Amino acid sequence: MEQHQALSYDVAHLIGATVLMAGFGLLYQRRLFAVLNTFAFQALALAAAAAWQARIQDAPHLYATAAIALVFKALAVPFALHWLVEKLGIHRTVETALSIGWTMIVGVALVALSILLVLPVTAGAAALTRESLALAMSVVLLGLLMMITRHNAVTQVVGFMALENGLLLAAVSAKGMPLVVEISIAFSVLVAMTLFGIFFFRIRERFDTLDLHYLETYRGDRH
Amino acid sequence: MNAAVLQLVQIVLVVALAPLVTGWVRLVKSRLNGRRGASPFQPYRDIYRLLQKEAIVAHSASWVFRAAPYVTFAAVWLAASVIPTFSTDLALAPAADLIALVALLAIARFWTALAGMDVGTAFGGIGASREMLIASLAEPAMLMVSFSLSLIAGTTAPVKIVGFVLSGGVGLDVSMGLALAAMVMVSIAENGRIPIDNPATHLELTMVHEAMVLEYSGRHLAMMEGAAMVRLTLFMALIGCLFAPWGMAQAGGGVDGILVGMGAFLARTFVLATALAVFETAIAKMRVFRYADFLGGALLLGLLATIFLYVSEAV
Repeated sequence: MEQHQALSYDVAHLIGATVLMAGFGLLYQRRLFAVLNTFAFQALALAAAAAWQARIQDAPHLYATAAIALVFKALAVPFALHWLVEKLGIHRTVETALSIGWTMIVGVALVALSILLVLPVTAGAAALTRESLALAMSVVLLGLLMMITRHNAVTQVVGFMALENGLLLAAVSAKGMPLVVEISIAFSVLVAMTLFGIFFFRIRERFDTLDLHYLETYRGDRH
Repeated sequence: MNAAVLQLVQIVLVVALAPLVTGWVRLVKSRLNGRRGASPFQPYRDIYRLLQKEAIVAHSASWVFRAAPYVTFAAVWLAASVIPTFSTDLALAPAADLIALVALLAIARFWTALAGMDVGTAFGGIGASREMLIASLAEPAMLMVSFSLSLIAGTTAPVKIVGFVLSGGVGLDVSMGLALAAMVMVSIAENGRIPIDNPATHLELTMVHEAMVLEYSGRHLAMMEGAAMVRLTLFMALIGCLFAPWGMAQAGGGVDGILVGMGAFLARTFVLATALAVFETAIAKMRVFRYADFLGGALLLGLLATIFLYVSEAV
């Protein structure tokens, strides 16, 4: 039994680490479609993580979480973004934000930070939860990093969604997260996605670009 | 069976098998590209043909140019001989160590780069310069992987790491997974495979390894090509023995153990060679300026492996 449990933990951590690696993959990619594919892969790994947690925690409602992650985040959102990118004609855009090497170094520093932060805080919690929380926290921070280092609105939205993936990873690792909360999170993300879509079109209509630098210096029409 | 005999078998095996591995990778790639492809034994015939041919040496070449193929081949061969492939019971095993391995490969690379520059052609120079760029990025990553493995297993000797993994000292570990990913990236760079370098190219501005050996012919070229093939087999054996050593014969395992170990080694190499061919077919070569991102990624994965080791320790 002991052996079996250790193996379950190891697999859970391995899937969590896969989600984290996908987070690094998002930082590494520069082409929009590659970013979207990596995001879909991250959501897939997240669904696997949720399903595995459902198995080892014996919590059937987490299967529903896994299904939601699979359908919404691994399929619906990437497809919608794909469609948007094609519609907006920006699929050949290459990001030229902060250099990739530096972003990755900052990413590793953030992972170290989240480990240093999570381990002392959760001293009393179960081993499984602690390591998973450290992983989830890292995914959240990497999502944030992606949001602040990218100029393009689409990649910023992907960063936001990746951040949310990290939250979900934390939620499934902790015991006793009610399903209602997860469903409402999933739907609010979907609503946010729709709103972002509308905003993309509005921003582009206004500025002829999705590079948000133009937005930062914009101070309204001066008639 | 004693360690000396097994060591001799291994020394012969790595060289005998290397052309077949390369031939198999080429065959799978051709099939995936919709071509028929040459027989997997073609590299043996190529090497034989090259050995029969006269070696032409440029007028401006010095002794370095003539010595480099032999030094390169010897260094790579020695490195390949001390990695446990089918058995851990090797006579040279106590001398084997991941850091020594990195050094041996660095010697081979240094001599190849020297030979590339020796004749004074532009291609050789650019190839040598790029090879050194790749080396300066790949070696730290490789050492980082060695460090995280040695922190896990408590040793940098591949034979002892194999023993540690086989005795169940490490399960499915996040650090091992990260180290494996980093190791695969380093191996791709060290062997000049796509996306870093295209091994199938013979005259392109972006070539690296081919550019350095462009001036070679006859038996010198056979040595250089042979060294590249043995290096590929070496890295497959290394990945296999560090991360999936199951079935490897231990000391005192008897003839049955040796046979099982041999079968497991061949199966591992076959799987890795096929995976390499599929990966190379699916991906495009990257720009030279992106090497730093790719290998920097490998270095950071190695670093993450070490970081996560401390998480597991703390838990």
